Amino acid sequence: MENFTPYSALIGGCFIGLSAALLLFFNGRVAGISGIIVDSFSAEIENRYWRGFFLIGLMFSAAIINTFFPVTAVTYSRHILLVVVSGILVGYGVRLGNGCTSGHAVCGLARLSLRSVVATLTFMSAAMLTTYIMRHVLGY
Amino acid sequence: MNKNIAALICGILFGTGLTISQMSNPDKVLAFLDITGNWDLSLMLVMFGAVTTLTTAQYFILKRSKPVCDSHFHLPKTGNLIDSRLILGAMIFGIGWGLVGFCPGSALAALSDGKRDPFIFTIALGIGMMLFSRFDNKK
Repeated sequence: MENFTPYSALIGGCFIGLSAALLLFFNGRVAGISGIIVDSFSAEIENRYWRGFFLIGLMFSAAIINTFFPVTAVTYSRHILLVVVSGILVGYGVRLGNGCTSGHAVCGLARLSLRSVVATLTFMSAAMLTTYIMRHVLGY
Repeated sequence: MNKNIAALICGILFGTGLTISQMSNPDKVLAFLDITGNWDLSLMLVMFGAVTTLTTAQYFILKRSKPVCDSHFHLPKTGNLIDSRLILGAMIFGIGWGLVGFCPGSALAALSDGKRDPFIFTIALGIGMMLFSRFDNKK
């Protein structure tokens, strides 16, 4: 496990938890990213704005961090079709299942929601099985 | 504090967390998902840090009668219903997540890299979400 980065993982996790806590404290909302994306287009107008601001903050945060603490650039090498299929499945799945990693695996687990526990175990298992097949069966 | 300013700060903090923990890097996520490979448990610790922080803060926040900028808390009212939609949705999401290693939050946080993959993924994510609106008859 030489890639294991426990400290940055814990500190980063605390930032995510703090973000979700502040969103609940100020706006009374759950920090589920997929829900925020969908509702930023479909909620009543006055409730779209804060969602837009949240997403803008999320999109530009890495650029802000990288200005102060340059991190190693990520190299992406996946086939474009794979990325498209993955995005469509994720988009459809998070809507049918009412949440993604942030909504179920962070906010839902923190509320001890049974639905979120089941959803988290299900998507983790499905993702692990998919990764196994991709890497070790298909050799991709 | 204004709702929009609060949300902007929360978005920045969320993305900062994803960036510091490298969860916006799909290789780091796949290193966790690949349990038979060189297993990297970092994602588990990210979740642990996030859930512990939120659970602790939430205990005090929910003692208030209402949030600072709204008249009431908007918590999911879905209850404990475990149905086929939840399971099937989580399975479809998991398969998509395991294919590349992006989830909605990590892809958005990776957008400012200016690389192709997060961009393509985000567009496809939007298409997937719209396909759901188009074909799902039970709202």
